[in-house]
Amino acid sequence: MSALSFVLQTIRIAIPYLLAAAGGVMSERVGIIALGLEGLMLSGAFGAALGSYYGHSAWFGLLGALAAGLVLTSVLAVATLRFRANQVVVGVALNLLAVGATRFFLRLVFDSASNSPRVAGFGGDVSGNAMLASFANPVVWIGIVALPALSWLLYRTPFGLRARAVGEKPEAAASLGVAVVPLRLKGLLIAGSLASFGGAYLALDQHQFSDSMTAGRGFIALAAVIFGRWEPMRVAVACILFAGAETLQIQLQGAQLIPSQFVEMIPYVLTIIALAGVVGRSVAPAALGKTE
Amino acid sequence: MSGASVPSAGSANPLMQRFLSAFLAPIVALAIAAVIGDLLILTFGEAPATVFRLLYEGTWGNPYGFGQVLYKATTLTCTGLAFAMAGRAGLFNVGAESQLAMGGFAAGVLGMFLPASTPGVLATVLCLAAAMCAGATVAAVPGVLRAKFGASEVIVTIMLNFVVLALLNWLVAAKIHVPETLHTPPILSGGVARLSASLPAFHGSAANWTLLIAIAAALVCTWYLFRTRSGYELRAVGLQPDAAEYGGVRVSRVLFTTMCLSGALAGLGGMNFVLGYKGYYEEGFAGGAGFLGIAVALVGRNHPLGILLAALLFATLSQGGLAVNALVPKQLTDILTAVVILAVATAVPEVQKQLRAAVASAATLATRKSSAT
Repeated sequence: MSALSFVLQTIRIAIPYLLAAAGGVMSERVGIIALGLEGLMLSGAFGAALGSYYGHSAWFGLLGALAAGLVLTSVLAVATLRFRANQVVVGVALNLLAVGATRFFLRLVFDSASNSPRVAGFGGDVSGNAMLASFANPVVWIGIVALPALSWLLYRTPFGLRARAVGEKPEAAASLGVAVVPLRLKGLLIAGSLASFGGAYLALDQHQFSDSMTAGRGFIALAAVIFGRWEPMRVAVACILFAGAETLQIQLQGAQLIPSQFVEMIPYVLTIIALAGVVGRSVAPAALGKTE
Repeated sequence: MSGASVPSAGSANPLMQRFLSAFLAPIVALAIAAVIGDLLILTFGEAPATVFRLLYEGTWGNPYGFGQVLYKATTLTCTGLAFAMAGRAGLFNVGAESQLAMGGFAAGVLGMFLPASTPGVLATVLCLAAAMCAGATVAAVPGVLRAKFGASEVIVTIMLNFVVLALLNWLVAAKIHVPETLHTPPILSGGVARLSASLPAFHGSAANWTLLIAIAAALVCTWYLFRTRSGYELRAVGLQPDAAEYGGVRVSRVLFTTMCLSGALAGLGGMNFVLGYKGYYEEGFAGGAGFLGIAVALVGRNHPLGILLAALLFATLSQGGLAVNALVPKQLTDILTAVVILAVATAVPEVQKQLRAAVASAATLATRKSSAT
């Protein structure tokens, strides 16, 4: 295997992680637990297939992903911000809802239990290197800039300063005149859009939606958020690390050095170790998950 | 004698208030779910009444369907209890899925290795112990990390789900499966009899006597929570850990033991499939029952007896999905499950807020009345 194909494949695998993890960082930094990333990605993937199918263009796919993701985000926002429901419970419910609803609408719209028909994607007509062709895709570039841009947003703008304050100490932020709930809402909308783009990437890259196609990627992204200690640039490194392990696994499949199940465990085991504080402690935003 | 009316109003209120705070939220949630269910059925071009009648007929309406409901409710009772016991101590055990799988795996493997001549009851008890220990072991990891390092048990249990399920997948696929399948060789001893062996009407359904074990577990949990000292400590930690610590409770120890107890209950649920239904461990048998336990505990309001009822409800929805699949996609009931969770999660704080407001305004009214005379 060549180094270039390794790098390119790692980036391809990392894109949905980078997007969803950026959403996760945004959500958790304003104090809302990002357990629903998986569901947001899945609904984004379905929305992308739906938009691309009816609009005959991947751009409509992106629009569809955004719409589907924001529907789910608004459920999350109403439950956690308006009704102050427990965020862990809402996150779990959101994932169940996304699995159930995408299957239901898959049958309603496409009359299939497993997948949508083939839909338009980006850069399909670029001839030559298929690996390079997949970079003729705006979502790839959004994924690459998402976390650096988020880092700038969080640390270099007034919005970011307020967002961090709200995630650490909402009472203090409120006493200085920051409207906590609207700010959290903005954070959630950004998070939902990013995560749904992560799902859209999957559907548009494979030119179809298939049942439960996110396959736990939302949880890997969540692992990256925690392993990266909620710092956008560290989280980006974590995403690339996890994607790199996966690429190695795929490219060494014939070699059978270690069983694939053990490679699958890597992100989760690393995250558990990071939480235990063996190598530099992961500490969550102070107000994460607090409802009062 | 206006003063007398104040305590009487006060004593009537708490009972009513307890009733409302226990049942109002689930009832509201079910009503919301029913409305959304109607709308979804209409989008599919079917009549809600027809679909709901089919759902009833396929579940409670015939012995086989009811047997399947009882079978599913058995597992859900265990995972619901697992989430609720942890929840009473202020812990979120989102790992019931993998604890359940590990429990089933341990029971299956032990049953496979026990000689066929082992007395049935002894083998069953040994497998039960194995299932509970295995579930508790999985849950001990987040338990230690939470108690020792303050690591969020939510994240650790979620991450551990993937680790444990991948590990089991590897063990079964690489070590001990029956060729061409994803399951282990059948157990030789320790199987639990089906209900249909004594009640022929249940013929064909998977319901088995693990049901009684699950009911017993709920009763023991009730007794433990409300009648024992450690149950009291558990609840004290859940309500106000700092106060409990001040009162002499060793909070970190309670957190650890509660997590293990919770895992043991989830592991117990693995018996239902492995010993009572198939007679072997099969890849993916948990099938979301661990996560559904969260819904069960929520609707059952974290009370073991409420959980028995809620387990029946969600088992009915799950089995009902299969019954209506010819008319509408069975995922309809998955959506309804999620809606019920969301509705209860939002309604509970809201109902309590409204009740507190109502009680407060009643109290001010009463004070005004008494001061007026």
